[in-house]
Parts: sequence; C-alpha cells; structure tokens
Amino acid sequence: MLLISCPNCGSRDETEFHYGGQAHVPYPENPNELNDREWAEFLFYRDNTNGTFAERWLHSTGCRQWFNMLRDTVTYDIQAVYPMGTPRPASAFPAAAESGTASTAADSTTIGTASPSTSATSTSAPEGATK
Amino acid sequence: MSTHHLPEHPDFLWRNPEPKSSYDAVIVGGGGHGLATAYFLAKNHGMTNIAVLEKGWLAGGNMARNTTIIRSNYLWDESAAIYEHALKLWEILPEELEYDFLFSQRGVMNLAHTLGDVRESMRRVGANKLNGVDAEWLDPQQVKELCPILNINDNIRYPVMGATYQPRAGIAKHDHVAWAFARKCDELGVDIIQNCEVTGFLKDGNRVVGVKTNQGTIHTEKVGLCAAGHSSVLAEMAGFRLPIQSHPLQALVSELHEPVHPTVVMSNHVHVYVSQAHKGELVMGAGVDSYNGYGQRGSFHVIEHQMAAAVELFPIFARAHVLRTWGGIVDTTLDASPIVGTTPVENMFVNCGWGTGGFKGTPAAGMTFAHTIATGAPHKLNRPFALERFETGALIDEHGAAAVAH
Repeated sequence: MLLISCPNCGSRDETEFHYGGQAHVPYPENPNELNDREWAEFLFYRDNTNGTFAERWLHSTGCRQWFNMLRDTVTYDIQAVYPMGTPRPASAFPAAAESGTASTAADSTTIGTASPSTSATSTSAPEGATK
Repeated sequence: MSTHHLPEHPDFLWRNPEPKSSYDAVIVGGGGHGLATAYFLAKNHGMTNIAVLEKGWLAGGNMARNTTIIRSNYLWDESAAIYEHALKLWEILPEELEYDFLFSQRGVMNLAHTLGDVRESMRRVGANKLNGVDAEWLDPQQVKELCPILNINDNIRYPVMGATYQPRAGIAKHDHVAWAFARKCDELGVDIIQNCEVTGFLKDGNRVVGVKTNQGTIHTEKVGLCAAGHSSVLAEMAGFRLPIQSHPLQALVSELHEPVHPTVVMSNHVHVYVSQAHKGELVMGAGVDSYNGYGQRGSFHVIEHQMAAAVELFPIFARAHVLRTWGGIVDTTLDASPIVGTTPVENMFVNCGWGTGGFKGTPAAGMTFAHTIATGAPHKLNRPFALERFETGALIDEHGAAAVAH
C-alpha cells in the first residue's frame, strides 16, 4: 500500500489515485512519418525499470490533477513528486522518513495548468520531455 | 494416476551440478516454463547437453506463487489452441513424468453478474465449443448444484446470473509439477543449476554465444529466456526491448478447512477466484496492482476487495482466517497474451508475457518454446504469439475476453 503525497492535497492513500504509466513519453512530433516499428515503439513499448522509475499518477478522487513521481519499483519508496511539464529530477532523492515521499514541487498550485509541450523531436523520450 | 502417497523429498529428485563451461542450449529461469522447456528439448528434440539456470531456488518464483488454476476457456482461436493443447498435455503428464502432481479436473466456473457478463459468457461458450474446448452455460440453480456454498440470492450487489463451466479444467499441485519436470529433466541429463544469476550475455555481432553468471561464464549456442516478471531486465542486458510491464500479483490462503469447495470459482466482475487446495486451504487470488513493481508484495486494498467479493459470494467464508498472503511479479502485455518466439538477437529466444495466467500454459509453453529453440522457427501453436505482432497489429486481445481481467 502506497502513501502518496499529492502536490495539491498532501499525503493520501494509494486508493485515491490512478496509475498512468511511464512519464516523459512524448507524442510523436511527425506521426505521418512513423513506420510500423516506430508506431509499435510509441504504442506498446515502455521502460520496465527495475529501480527508480518516472511515472504519472492522477489524484482521481481528490484534486483530479496529474503529476509525476519518481518511485523505486523494487522497494516502492517514493523519491520525488513533481509537476507535469517539468523535467525529471536529475537524481533520486532520499525517501522522507514519515510519508515515504519527498515532494519537489516548488509551487503546487501551478501544476494543473502546465501545458504539455509538443516540442519533442523524436519518439524516444529525451531527458526533460513532458508527460 | 494417483499414487496416494507423497512424492520423495525434493532434495533427492535432481542433482545439483556445477555449471559446465559450455552447453548446446541454456534456459534462463528454473520455474515451470523453464523446466518444461528443458524437458521437451530433451524429450522431443534430443537436446540433452543443456542447462537450466535459476537465480534463486528451483521453482521459487511465480511457480511457487500462483493459484494453480488450469483451464483453456479462452475466447480467441490462437489462445484456445495453445491453452487447450496445454490442458491435453496436463491430462497425460502425470503418467509421462511418472510423478503424481495431483492434477484434479474438478471443473472451473466463471460467474456472470451482469447482462453484459451473460452475453459475453455465452459468446465464449460458443467460441469454446467451436474450438473443441469443453464448455457449458449454467443457470444460477445449476451453479448452486455444483457449488452449494455459493450464494445465488438476487439481493446482493452483483447477483450470480449464471456461469460458464469447463468440466475438464481444475488445479494441480504447483510445486510438485515443478519437481516432476525437474526430476525428469535430470534423468534425461539436463543440468539444473540453482543460485545462478545471469548478469550479462556474450555476443558475437548480433548473435548470442554465451551467458555471464555469478558462477562464471557459460558458452552456449542458444539461449531461451523463461524469466517471467524479469524478462525485460534480461532483454535489456541482451540489448533489446520487450513490450512488457511487470506488476505485483497477490494471492492468499486460509487456514485448513474440511472439504467445502468442490470446484474452482472465478469471477471477473467482482474479481476473486477461489479453489480449495488438496490439504484444505481456501486459495484466493484477484487482480494485479496497477503500478509497476518488482517487490513481490502488493497493496492491501486489493486483498480487501477480493475478500469482500469472496464473502458476499461465499457467506460461510466470513469466519475463515487468512493464513498467509504473498506476491509474484507478472509480466503483462497490452493484449494480455504471451510472447513466445524469436528475438532481435540471433539464437536468443523469449517466452514471456504470460501475465497472470502462466501456470496453466506451462506444458504448452515448454513444448512450443522447445520447438522454437531447437529448430529456430516457431511451432504452429506459438507462431501467432510472436513479438512481431506489436508491429503488424495482429494482436490477440484477450483483455476481459479470457474470463478474467488482467
């Protein structure tokens, strides 16, 4: 059972959230130019990291806002929570003792309004790509 | 076949040899699928200079963590074919392996709780019959006759509106299945090497030529990956990606009870599946945790949901105590069907993506994967399950269709 620190609402039980899979996977910039292999990569292939993983979560029964999270997929320690549209933190943060979460969201009130960038130039996720 | 006595202590069922410096083929993963693959490589293809590498102890991963249900009532032709072949093998394997792993064809019911469920279930019964899979539609009274402890009152939130029934389905004793395969593999000359973790692969260009392990380097002409939840970790070491996401899946058992539950009952809609083990534990499972995980434990709310469903369906379970819970790591694909076949690396083959249902497929996975490893080409039963389907779009979408949500 995860205790997740929503940037807007604070620490809440995992049951209030929906999982959104890998973060920072941009929509292809030029979808008409993709071949079948590249479409397969975009649609079906995601990282399956054994360790620190950047992923999206939706606080579906709270503020209904999406946010990003760094979580260890082996220990389930939550290492960082950060807004959509901001780059993945450069390094993993130590887990906070009490909540299992160390929020790095500087200004949580802006999280829902960050507009997704469409500037990514390839189907692979560059560091700092949005969503 | 029933010998009515417990099999030998597993320590004496196979040798524990040191790894040789080279083998004709190496199977990574000493669970049911890896052992079955080695068995069929030896039996059907005469490849006996082979090794099965297991990073922990034999069959201590998902093989020790499942709910042992065996059935073949899948919707799509490709799935029905491979799972039905598995069921036919289950029916002859105790004799063939000369080992009684308590395969019990007590039948499986898949309950319907909504009109949508009813229509989908009847469609699946029709599809099963067309594919030669035994299947029946039961009304609530027939459900009650088969499993008297089921609550078929219509005053519960999701009343039982009927069920599909596969009489040939059932359960087997999972650890004994693994030991049966391991014992026979050993007899045929296969080296089973435990505590042997793969740390990398040796490649000559794009061709795999060896395996690096914590017990040294092993040269080999062929590598078969059978590591379930950790398949994508191995693939990454070998330099390719798999469309796999690993999730924790939990199961639990109660304390021992007198025989009360004569069949297997599954419900997709309220999501619990229940059988009674040979010794008497009520064995229950439900869905996977939504998030990716390798931690072999899951979330408590999943257990809460499955228990709520179980107690409503089986009121007499209200006073049963949970004895233990555990988690396995399942490798899910987006079409809820396995991946069995070749990989982008030459001479490296993969058997993965069985998700929540790998146990039932064990013999067919082993038989078809052995064929692929030995011949370099797919067996007709695993051809549709090739990795390429994610590019061609020829998906086998068993999500929801296969009588349980994945």
